[in-house]
Amino acid sequence: MYLYPVWVRLWHLLNAILIVILIVTGAVMQYAGSENPLLMAAFAGASRWHIIAAIILTISYLGFVIGNAVSGNCTYYRINEKNLFSDMGKQLKYFLWGIFRHEKQPFPVTVDNKFNPLQKVTYLLIMYFALPLLIISGLVLMIPDMTLIKLFGQGTYIVIDVLHIILGLLISLFLIIHIYSCTIGPKPTSLFRGIITGFYGGDE
Amino acid sequence: MILLKLRSLLPVFFLLSVSSSYGSVKENVLLQDTISYVSPFAETNKGCFKCHSLKRFEYTDEVSGRQKRGLMLPRMILGKQQFYKSNHKSFSCTDCHSHDFAIYPHPEELKSELHFYCLDCHGGDPAYAKFKFEEIEYEYRKSVHYGLEEKGFTCWNCHDPHSYRIVARNSKSLTEIVAYDNSICMNCHSNKKTFELFSDHNMVNFKRIHKWLPRQKVHFKSVRCIECHGTLGKNILVPHYIVSSDNAVRECMECHSDKPVAMSSLLRNNSNFESAEPLIDEAGLSGIKIIGPNRYRLIDDLSLKIFTALLAIIGIHILIRIIKK
Repeated sequence: MYLYPVWVRLWHLLNAILIVILIVTGAVMQYAGSENPLLMAAFAGASRWHIIAAIILTISYLGFVIGNAVSGNCTYYRINEKNLFSDMGKQLKYFLWGIFRHEKQPFPVTVDNKFNPLQKVTYLLIMYFALPLLIISGLVLMIPDMTLIKLFGQGTYIVIDVLHIILGLLISLFLIIHIYSCTIGPKPTSLFRGIITGFYGGDE
Repeated sequence: MILLKLRSLLPVFFLLSVSSSYGSVKENVLLQDTISYVSPFAETNKGCFKCHSLKRFEYTDEVSGRQKRGLMLPRMILGKQQFYKSNHKSFSCTDCHSHDFAIYPHPEELKSELHFYCLDCHGGDPAYAKFKFEEIEYEYRKSVHYGLEEKGFTCWNCHDPHSYRIVARNSKSLTEIVAYDNSICMNCHSNKKTFELFSDHNMVNFKRIHKWLPRQKVHFKSVRCIECHGTLGKNILVPHYIVSSDNAVRECMECHSDKPVAMSSLLRNNSNFESAEPLIDEAGLSGIKIIGPNRYRLIDDLSLKIFTALLAIIGIHILIRIIKK
């Protein structure tokens, strides 16, 4: 079944490359210090590439938001508020228990329902909460003499700084879970193949 | 009083000389455009400035009575405005220089007039005790600059008495302090001719050598060279122990942390400085945050633990999936 249109796949590929660059360069900057001379040596390059990737990511993110709104791709993120927690519980139970007993996925992938409830909530939080905040906080860090600091004091800056680091770490955790959860399909490679070719390899 | 003491102790006088390049750089960072100060020796000094503020000078030969013209050596050119803004603005030129300089042309023997250095006037005097000149000297003697003395390096190279003014102690503007103090370093370190007077090394391009430093321009505007290239003495306000480039601070957390120790000199306010307490007061630095991302050890440690835990969970998940296949 054809699940991922070309623009989504292209955006996803670009987003993946940029996020990996941002995580790697962010980690270099985060953990660099005298105890890590190699990371210290890579610091300047990491800082430069972090900024370059961040600017491209900001543009690509705007493209994603517009693309989602225009193409109707956003409908896949719509959550069923009524049974949200019970649905998420079902999905979680499957990941932690059912999968080992070869149970059927509680929310099988269909053309109309690409994402399970856990995915929907996570993607929504990541794409419409964490990422915008990460971009905004990153912009503040990038331009430290912003009027915002002058108006609200350095305390604001510290909050923004910590927020940026924590959100970056959360997105890094998300990436690990995201990649691993993509091995849970008809075959471990089905979802990876899907996001490259656009076709998903059948029901489970 | 100190001048009288000096006159009696050191009946030697030194040559009036000043680097015009120093003046021009420092002039750019001055916040005031006008001089409000009127020296009691303005009239007396006028005679010196008449020639020593110009590239070309003219005087009447007292023997022949003829007009003579000449080109002033660049190092002899003195910025009048800078002098009247400097620490020594209240001085008469002949407080430090021989009265015989009133003779034109100046007698040949005056060319060997000895210079006064900082400690010659300020050392051991209770009036200057708060500046801790002796400790400054002690720190300076550990500095890489002290090693250049055999090539003629002196306090004057950074603190020309004709133009130097204390900014770090008097200014409330960090930007002004940074710009002024960095201009002192740049006078040699971005001027090949001056640099090569004292060093056998090739002058490095300071932008290139600081390539590793993120947001270089912001750093250069916000911190002084000596924050990273100097080690602060216990009781003095400004580091005079300049370390070799290999030993300069490269650790971001020296500034970007809860205790920006490397910036303690710059951040210390005047009231703290006047106190008898040691100036490196870590407690006093607590809570000061530096603009720019800080590093938080707690986040570092916690994040590594969370990542390790996540990878362990995934590992176990994979293992069970394989077993239950």
